[in-house]
Amino acid sequence: MTTIDEVSKLLGAEYLVPPLDPDQAVRSCYAADMMSDVLAFSEYDSCLITGLMNVQVIRTAEIKDLACIIFTRGKLPKPDLVEMAQDKGICIMFSLKSTFNVCGILYENGLRGSRNNE
Amino acid sequence: MSSIQFHYTVDGNDFTKAGEASSDLKRKLKKMHVPPEIVRRVSIAMYEGEINMVIHAYGGVIDVDIDESRILMVLRDRGPGIPDIEKAMQAGYSTASDKINAMGFGAGMGLPNMKASADSMHIDTELGVGTTVTMQVDLA
Repeated sequence: MTTIDEVSKLLGAEYLVPPLDPDQAVRSCYAADMMSDVLAFSEYDSCLITGLMNVQVIRTAEIKDLACIIFTRGKLPKPDLVEMAQDKGICIMFSLKSTFNVCGILYENGLRGSRNNE
Repeated sequence: MSSIQFHYTVDGNDFTKAGEASSDLKRKLKKMHVPPEIVRRVSIAMYEGEINMVIHAYGGVIDVDIDESRILMVLRDRGPGIPDIEKAMQAGYSTASDKINAMGFGAGMGLPNMKASADSMHIDTELGVGTTVTMQVDLA
């Protein structure tokens, strides 16, 4: 199974908040900008791929026990979001790549989507 | 075992704070060694309900009651009420504004998610007065 650190390396994504355990396994991936979809369909210990830039992304990740969040399209979150992620121990990274390309790279390297939404 | 109660106030004006009550309850349940899958279901149900209270209903209060058999959540608001509960329960149906959509909510999955996460759910609503959502997640 792919770890958080391997995901970061595959994408060339930089950590804004590093993972508490870089070797934590990532069970699956979910790409969405609507948090209710994430709440309904993502799996725990999964990686969220999103361009949504408000603190509710962090709360959603906390509620769903997500492994990490990848912000795509080179978007950098504001300090309050980073601070909340740090306080809650939630790994966030950012990629300059588009959501489509991030998904493609991860899929090519064996990661699959949530079993709740096949 | 007697029951444990928690009371939360949800500020309807603060979207940034929305979710704090659910986050706090989740922490408390983990400390009480409630099984992880139960903690997740309770957290999702409560978080969706809490967000609804902020984006649709000007905030309100949440009371949680825990005993050895179940976790009970009662979410009370003084919002506009729900005109058509059956419609509101349909996945994808939402009355949220564009502003709410831009924040990542209003996908119309809130009430269906709550129902799917809880073992039982009941909605009492009165137009112009408010709404009370009661959800129960069984422990045994």
